[in-house]
Amino acid sequence: MTTTPPIGSTMPGSSPEPPEIAMGQGRLLLAKARTRLALRSFRNGWSIFLESRIGVLSLLTIVVFAVMAISHPILMATVWDPEIYDPVTGYAFDETEQPAPPSWKHPLGTDPLGRDVLSQLLSSTGSEFVLGITAALVTVAIATTVGAVAAYYGGLIDAFFMRLADLIIALPSISLLIVLSALFDLNLFYLALIIGVLGGFGGTAIILKSQALSIKVKPYIEAARVAGGGHFRIIFVHIVPNLLPLSLLYMMFTVTSAIFAEAVLSFLGLLDLRMSWGIMIHTANVGGYLLGGTRYWWLVVPAGASITFLCSAFYLAGRALDEVVNPRLRRRDD
Amino acid sequence: MIGYLIRRMWQMALTLLLILTVTFLLVQAQPGDYASFYVLDPDLPTEVKEQMRATFGLDRPLWQQYLIHMRNTFTGNFGVSFGHFPRPVMEVLLERLPRTLVLFVTATGASFYIGFLLGKAIAWRRGGFLEYAATISGTTLFTVFTPAFALMMIWVFAFKLGWFPVGKFLDPLVWRGSDVTANSVFSLMLITALAFAVFAFWVLFALKRKGNTGMKRLSIPIILVAALAIPLVWALSGIGTLALDILKHMVLPIVTLTLISFAGTMLLTRNSMLETIREDYVMAARAKGLPEKQVRDRHAARNALLPVVTSLIYSLIFAIDGSVIVESVFSWPGTGMTLLEAVRSEDMPLVMGAIVFIGLFSLLAHVIVDILYVYLDPRIRYQ
Repeated sequence: MTTTPPIGSTMPGSSPEPPEIAMGQGRLLLAKARTRLALRSFRNGWSIFLESRIGVLSLLTIVVFAVMAISHPILMATVWDPEIYDPVTGYAFDETEQPAPPSWKHPLGTDPLGRDVLSQLLSSTGSEFVLGITAALVTVAIATTVGAVAAYYGGLIDAFFMRLADLIIALPSISLLIVLSALFDLNLFYLALIIGVLGGFGGTAIILKSQALSIKVKPYIEAARVAGGGHFRIIFVHIVPNLLPLSLLYMMFTVTSAIFAEAVLSFLGLLDLRMSWGIMIHTANVGGYLLGGTRYWWLVVPAGASITFLCSAFYLAGRALDEVVNPRLRRRDD
Repeated sequence: MIGYLIRRMWQMALTLLLILTVTFLLVQAQPGDYASFYVLDPDLPTEVKEQMRATFGLDRPLWQQYLIHMRNTFTGNFGVSFGHFPRPVMEVLLERLPRTLVLFVTATGASFYIGFLLGKAIAWRRGGFLEYAATISGTTLFTVFTPAFALMMIWVFAFKLGWFPVGKFLDPLVWRGSDVTANSVFSLMLITALAFAVFAFWVLFALKRKGNTGMKRLSIPIILVAALAIPLVWALSGIGTLALDILKHMVLPIVTLTLISFAGTMLLTRNSMLETIREDYVMAARAKGLPEKQVRDRHAARNALLPVVTSLIYSLIFAIDGSVIVESVFSWPGTGMTLLEAVRSEDMPLVMGAIVFIGLFSLLAHVIVDILYVYLDPRIRYQ
């Protein structure tokens, strides 16, 4: 395990009636020890992560996309005139023909409606990150709680959540989202919420529960119970922190599926969004520019490549992280 | 084993009930109700509206409506489609189901087989060029933006090279003047393919059981002869050109779906192989002096298969979603495209019917995986 070891249960912090000053000091010491251990395990994990070339490469890709996301508001505020470069309402007055090929003023050309493609690409990057990370946070929050609670209480609660997870796994999520888009007006926030909830109660919960089961039988949980820790405290102070490395891994995979689902649904024209990579391809497709092949490449290639690269970067970074979290996958020097 | 399967079937039935309940509640949760949606549609004549109100029992309390909804679903009565007006939803869906099944079953089978073979090979030789090439191309295909990839396939193979038609199910020019329907030709093709698969499987298994090497050698020629005879019979039957036309339209969607979904199985097989390779029995097999290939295929890969089959359900669901996308891009008129068309034209009865069909489909896939697992893992049989 690469997490903070459970000193918490044996330190004065959780004993019933410690003196006031000692408790404060104990807390401080505890916090220090925990930070030190966390830092050390982080450094260990980091060095294992660096060994995998694919992992480093994908992390770099994510960083590049993050820089792209940050650069859009800066460019809009300084260099780009909103009348021309706004991703949705802008119009390139300086071009005569509208899907204009790349030029110095418009490095990736313009789309059929005369909007700058680079500006659209950069502005969508930010919302993809927001979507992916929101969905991942919702998934992890739900999945760790459900996993820990199901493993801790067992019995009926466990059976209920696991059957629910079975049900959700058996549902094809894109098809479900297509149906939901017919029933409700899906925007970015609702989409992230739905994907997060589906992921959180679905497969991720099962995996985290099996991890929580192995934590539940560790001696320090027993110790915490003997020391008088309540159910709530044991679950959220002792079990959940030890689930976090694994849930971080599943955050990565959720980001991939969220970005992918968004792109597919907006490609099909079913979402209520301002701009996204999927919508860019949708616009080109509806206009019939796709079968022009390489002639209008700037309408499809940047957006399609961005979706593919960001999705695979998160996926591959997750797999590299898997080698950190799961020692059995590591390469041995044999 | 039977007990285990019966228990799983019960759970599946319960899950199906839950899916039906959820679809019912989703319709109820909509702003404005189903009844007003129907009643205000000017395209439907009054008597049809009256008939539908009676069929759906829209004037009754909610719990009664729920029971009626359940009864209707179980008797296959999803109402009449708005988009295909006089036709019942069930008829539209049944017409399109076989097309999705073919696309899905062929692509899943192929991607599982390819993924397993590749995963086995790259785990056996870690760090080689093959591992990097397979991992990178596999994950790229796995995470590639499916619609863009499908469009690229169309552009390269249909538009530039002209090997295959651009999309759709058949070419009207070929079918003009023929008096058979596309679906009858298609079901005949399905029956032929199924019969051939059963026959080939039977020949392989029956001859293997015999243990006679002479007979074993005969099995491949027998299958080859059958494989050659089938096109001949079709060519002589007079609808050969029509079948060939459908077949041509099938190739590109199936290849695309296979390419995007094989990587999941490949990466999982690799991980699972890496764990089994370290087991003692693999070392024992090597120490015995067995050839590498036999150690890999008979000792390591057989055991590495179990976790891969367990998570086959994930790849099946991935393929179901993938087939919705692939169908919509290739205009392949299956269940997935029907769902999408229905969503776009707000044809709610058809949407509900299609999602129930897709749900049923995935549950059925789940059951098949369970049966396969019982067959592969003897430990379950003794429970």
